Amino acid sequence: MQSNKTYTSTRNSCKLCAPLGASLVFKGIEGCVPLIHGSQGCATYIRRYMISHYKEPVDIASSNFSEESTVFGGSKNFITGIENIIKQYKPKVIGIASTCLSETIGEDIPGHIRHYKESHETDGTLIPTFINASTPSYCGSHADGFHNTVLATVKTLAKNNTATDAITILPGLVTPADIRYLKELMADFGLKLILFPDFSETLDNEYTSEYQLIPTGGTPISEIERMGDTRAVIEFGSMFNKGTQRMKDAGNTQTAGEWLETTHYVPNNQMPMPIGIEASDRLMETLKKLSGNEIPEKHRKERGRLVDSYVDAHKYVFGKKALIYGEEDFASALADWLREIGVEPLWIKGADFETLKEKAVDFKPDFVMGNSKGYYIARERKIPLIRIGFPIHDRFGASRINQIGYRGTQQLFDMVVNALIEYKQENSPIGYKYI
Amino acid sequence: MAHILDDRQKQVSMAGANERTIDCNKASLAGSVSQRACVFCGSRVVLYPIVDALHIIHGPIGCAAYTWDIRGSLSSGPELHRLSYCTDLQERDVIFGGEPKLYKSIIELIDLHKPKAAFIYTTCIVGVIGDDVEQICRTVAKEKGIPIIPVQAPGFQGSKKDGYKVACEAIFTLVGTKSKPFTPAKSINILGDFNLAGELWILLEYYKKMGVHVNATITGDGRVDDICNAHNAALNVVQCSGSMNYLAKMMKDEYNIPSMRVSYFGIEDMSDALYDVARFFKDDDMMAKARELVKEEFARLMPELTWYKERLTGKKAAIYVGGAFKAISLVKALRLIGVESVIVGSQTGTTEDYELIKQLCDEGTIIVDDSNPVELSHFVKEKKADIFIGGVKERPIAHKIGLGFCDHNHERKEPLAGYEGMINFAKEIYATAMSPVWKFTKG
Repeated sequence: MQSNKTYTSTRNSCKLCAPLGASLVFKGIEGCVPLIHGSQGCATYIRRYMISHYKEPVDIASSNFSEESTVFGGSKNFITGIENIIKQYKPKVIGIASTCLSETIGEDIPGHIRHYKESHETDGTLIPTFINASTPSYCGSHADGFHNTVLATVKTLAKNNTATDAITILPGLVTPADIRYLKELMADFGLKLILFPDFSETLDNEYTSEYQLIPTGGTPISEIERMGDTRAVIEFGSMFNKGTQRMKDAGNTQTAGEWLETTHYVPNNQMPMPIGIEASDRLMETLKKLSGNEIPEKHRKERGRLVDSYVDAHKYVFGKKALIYGEEDFASALADWLREIGVEPLWIKGADFETLKEKAVDFKPDFVMGNSKGYYIARERKIPLIRIGFPIHDRFGASRINQIGYRGTQQLFDMVVNALIEYKQENSPIGYKYI
Repeated sequence: MAHILDDRQKQVSMAGANERTIDCNKASLAGSVSQRACVFCGSRVVLYPIVDALHIIHGPIGCAAYTWDIRGSLSSGPELHRLSYCTDLQERDVIFGGEPKLYKSIIELIDLHKPKAAFIYTTCIVGVIGDDVEQICRTVAKEKGIPIIPVQAPGFQGSKKDGYKVACEAIFTLVGTKSKPFTPAKSINILGDFNLAGELWILLEYYKKMGVHVNATITGDGRVDDICNAHNAALNVVQCSGSMNYLAKMMKDEYNIPSMRVSYFGIEDMSDALYDVARFFKDDDMMAKARELVKEEFARLMPELTWYKERLTGKKAAIYVGGAFKAISLVKALRLIGVESVIVGSQTGTTEDYELIKQLCDEGTIIVDDSNPVELSHFVKEKKADIFIGGVKERPIAHKIGLGFCDHNHERKEPLAGYEGMINFAKEIYATAMSPVWKFTKG
């Protein structure tokens, strides 16, 4: 039955909390250990959630708030936490995310950091770089936490020192495979790249045989420092959760790319996440301009093959309907792509899964596309779920899904077409061998 | 041991008579990257399997999102427990109070689902912003005529273990509130089995064969009405004692129901669990049936287990699980298939548990409380473990070092309890120890 009733409660949430987004960004900095300033559970839940998706170690420290810290302030636990992280991990960077608890009691994290630095100034302790992001979970979602942390990191580190001909890419919440693709693409264009956050290795590492306390990889802080000197910024996204959930400065928050443009005069090329031919063309055009080179043949051919497959398979997808969800920048790019291939998407910004399930009754989607949490809707409706994005907790290889550029679009397109063919084949009494 | 933080040195010991007693039962050290969660988590995992109650989390979204459908606790009926409901507090709620939102949320969800009861979990900031959750629960209970139970679980108010206590208190508010027309004399409550992968159902079958009536299962495949009637059972049989001893104690004090501690892992402990119940009821027929059951299962299992033992002898295992009592069963179960436990640790063990482990294990076995990735990765290297038995967060530690891994936690899909479970356990240990993939990780 179709229900137009609205609910006060959130029922099977699509979004996650802001400190998770922050942790992802911190995992994309070389030599960084994230510290969540709050209760022990925040760190542990987020670790568990990320481990189940990335199948990699995810060490996140907690300041482990107690009753005492909640009443009298968390500075003691904060300092102990920092000291123990340094003893165990010897990190170059400690990335600190606040929580609903530490924000509500008004913790002065910059003050704690100052205090720690002052007390260790003269004792020879190797003091790491501190990055502090404000990520209370009552403000937006993990996507907000992600963007806020990218901005906080860039603001903390970027300088104006020497000119560099590198290009900054701020890809947002993409997959490790996407990050590797962007590196390859830039190299093929002959462009130098500073990409942040780069968790392509820290969260998708090779077999190491030793437990790397801090996994290799990540954007080096020396590179983030140079972002203010780069020639241009490419920033994927169209919404960026620009502080819409914040009461203070609602809608006025800058993105990291915008900040680099206004503060360091680095031209910002903001564009939707490149999913689909049109969106990827826009990226390629930008890279052409920035490099002065034509699209490398490898990538031109990838586009050509993608067009060819669009043609070959257009009938399987045309007129189909898809229920989609995900982080705003990702889901909106996905919706645009689905329209590009003749699929009608239904994406309800901010909706929870139960609302989507109810909306699906009238919409009658042919398939569901998004992270693995929508599985129960697909299962109930007996339609395929095409798993992409974050998190994917019930399949392997989430990190290896390439979902941007011509190459990534090709992968997504093949997934969609094959899911629809499989559905048709499985649900036909004939048992077709050719479809 | 340099890789152990100074403040944690006393939480690590070795098996052997002269080794020091482990310091445990304390808050995790800030910055240590403990594998533990929080008070909220402790309460949530215990209450989660009550399948015909609503579980509503009052707070910002994270706590609800990360615990949605988190445990493989199966239900034979309703599945309300698999839904994640949250008031999803926003900044304005934090400033002006979340009470109106909570009230509306409970009412609308009761109207939607007609549950038997509702558990309202408070998270970190709820106490801080001063919402009077108990008052709202009382109001709604009066309006809707079902128990609305506040679960005061701010994460910072202790450790996961304190959350178990909060859950026991919540359950205890239900116990004794209703009596069923008839509860057989020889009836037990099963405490501390959460019906992961349907394990509870295996146990029910055993007790049924023995002629024991199972009254309430707390909380696996749990029902509100059964819990309300739990005071009419003759005995509480407690597994996962870390989480459920407190409830058993309260029921002893209030209703004079005795309890016994059991474990369903491994054939030794499983068999004891059946014998002890028969002994309690002083019922020869029940004991005879228990013996027959155990004999049959032994005859079926031993040839298979011997086959595994021949192939697994000499392998070394590291155990790091939530409760220490489970760890003890695992040590015994592993021994049965020839596997030696070289590291035994838990998140929430007690002094008595650890002392028992010290006696049970071979000298030199590392025993650890509230460990972390840095320590665990060092320990398994030092002890040259082949297999790691733990939960989701331990899996990548094992795999990155090239160790086999067996999930003995919430997410398991194969039952590991009971006789059936022992075979599954042996199969899983064998599969991970013998996989040909390890040839690529050596050298």
